[in-house]
Amino acid sequence: MSIESQSEVGDGSGGGTENQYGWRYTISKVLEDTTARWGLYVVCVVLFISAYTAIDSNLSVITFGRVSDFTFAEALPLLEDPERIPPPGETDGNQPPVFHADGSITHPLGTDPDGRDYLSRIVYGAQVSVSVGIFSTLIGLLGGTIIGAVAGYYGGIVDDILMRSVEIVYAIPPLVLIIVFTVLISGGSPDIQFAIVGVGIAFIPVFARIIRSEVLSVREMDYIEAARASGVKDYNIILRHIIPNSFAPVMVYATLQIGVTILIVAGLSFLGYGAQPPTPDWGEMLRVSHGHMLSNIWLSIWPGLAILITIMGFNLLGDGIQDALDPQIDD
Amino acid sequence: MTEPLLRVENLKTQFFTETGTVRAVDGISFEVNEGEIVGLVGESGAGKSVASMSLMRLIDSPGEIVGGEITYNGETIFGLEEGPDGELREREDMLSPERMRREIRGNEIAVIFQDPMESLNPVFTVGGQLREFIELNRDLEGAAAKEEAIEMLREVGIPDPEERYEEYPHQFSGGMRQRVLIAMALACEPNLIIADEPTTALDVTVEGQILDLVDDLQEKYGTSFIWVTHDLGVVAEICDRVNVMYLGEIVEQAPVDELFYETSHPYTNALLNSMPRPDRTVDELEPIEGMMPEAINPPSGCRFHPRCPDAKEVCTRVHPDPKVVDTVDGDPHRSACLKRDAFDVGYDESPPIDAEPDVVAAAGSGAGGEDDE
Repeated sequence: MSIESQSEVGDGSGGGTENQYGWRYTISKVLEDTTARWGLYVVCVVLFISAYTAIDSNLSVITFGRVSDFTFAEALPLLEDPERIPPPGETDGNQPPVFHADGSITHPLGTDPDGRDYLSRIVYGAQVSVSVGIFSTLIGLLGGTIIGAVAGYYGGIVDDILMRSVEIVYAIPPLVLIIVFTVLISGGSPDIQFAIVGVGIAFIPVFARIIRSEVLSVREMDYIEAARASGVKDYNIILRHIIPNSFAPVMVYATLQIGVTILIVAGLSFLGYGAQPPTPDWGEMLRVSHGHMLSNIWLSIWPGLAILITIMGFNLLGDGIQDALDPQIDD
Repeated sequence: MTEPLLRVENLKTQFFTETGTVRAVDGISFEVNEGEIVGLVGESGAGKSVASMSLMRLIDSPGEIVGGEITYNGETIFGLEEGPDGELREREDMLSPERMRREIRGNEIAVIFQDPMESLNPVFTVGGQLREFIELNRDLEGAAAKEEAIEMLREVGIPDPEERYEEYPHQFSGGMRQRVLIAMALACEPNLIIADEPTTALDVTVEGQILDLVDDLQEKYGTSFIWVTHDLGVVAEICDRVNVMYLGEIVEQAPVDELFYETSHPYTNALLNSMPRPDRTVDELEPIEGMMPEAINPPSGCRFHPRCPDAKEVCTRVHPDPKVVDTVDGDPHRSACLKRDAFDVGYDESPPIDAEPDVVAAAGSGAGGEDDE
């Protein structure tokens, strides 16, 4: 009895003061928030689908050769190879979805003009979108963090040179910049990986500015001076003391940025600077479908919905993380 | 007499700001012998911290050490010579920035900072930081470094060091953090520790404990200390010799007892009168009149004369450099006051200043014209 009550007291005080930090606390805070929780669900589903299809397509390529052999996806009766164009006569193109009078259960979302199963293409498209969101954001985050931290820590001329050049990049409209980067990097034959890098580079300035402003206050802290006084090398100070202490705001920004990059790369694909056929990418699917808008509106609606839901999921989750990490907001 | 551990001669550190050159440290000289605690005392803005950071060559732009010589254990930390074109340049035997970082900072000279709340990195565990510091400056790796870190935590009186090793700075109280910082400074067994107002942010009981701890550790390791503080009580407690700083200059330099009982400079006297003392009962403490002037444009003559109760006309003209006024057990007692016989500039005959002290301060500093009073 006494032991029990003691441990209760311990837990109570611990919960109030001790556990207000750390990733466990952050996650529990995020889960308390209903909208953020839904965001997390959506993100988990999208992540699961893309991981599944990534393993699937890579395994089938590595072990069996691409098209003909068994894949996980084909074990699911509803999914087909998203890139294989069926020979004439096998499948009708432009089939409507299943709830339509002319629809069929074998192609729940219908087929595209080439007769490919649209559900399979939407599902495989998640993989492209997720890798776009994550890798573009990572490129921006890494580049921005390094530039911002170095500029903020050294100040003076280093700061001037780095931040002024970053601001020049910042002054150009992002879409124009991204298209130029993408075309330059790809050497004239655009593809999704170049779009990822281009978008990542284009967002370096935003991250650099955020982290620099944080670093400016962190570098005045005594523990930085203490580190210098104990003979720590500059790059160790930046890596171990400056960056970890200025990282929280960029982390939050990065989670929100994932949704934005997905949208932008979808836009690039739509314009023809991103994923190329026959890659199943939502933006690319929109591009193909817009010529068939009048005959089959569903071709545009499905990828649009997929983009909408995914981005909303990432944004809701990002908002939730932002609230959870902000000590000012407490309900 | 043996060579002192640290010798500072005529050190000058200036900050080149838009409003003018701030002479934060203006020609100070002092020595630190082995196993000695030397106090550096003065008001806020006297240049104590800048002086101590200059010793580590950790002065950031727009600040710069512009003159003087710092010798540590035979190595030249800072020194200038006249180049062939007549310009001053850094001497060749001066330690390179790389050697300064690798050999001096942390290894030979360590620093304890004023604010224990801000001197530990909040995102790493206390033990991790201590271990990193040990790995950095000593040839210990991994488990051995961790053991040494825990040993140091125990040494500075932290209970359950094994458990607290894994905790973060915010889980420590101020006094405990200061103990951690002392552990960090001692961890590499430096010969000299610069303690920059290490007890100012602590309450008095904790301050007492920390001073006791430092006393014990100093005895055990034989480390020398430069103790920067504005608290003469602390000075009386632990220092062997004291340097009193005013506006970038050392105005009095004496062994600690001599300073308290044979006070020679009016500024030191004023400092002593402005704090409560157990050996004296007064109705009211006497604060020092006025504010310390800006170091951009210091008063002419003796820099303390606008606030000095004993100032005479000659004090506004003649700038006194510290001179030996007495010698106790081989240690000189230096003072920079024209009243002392050592100066012989006609202080006694000089007429007293009859103008208002504030007016004199304004005229002397040349920058107080807008003063409403």
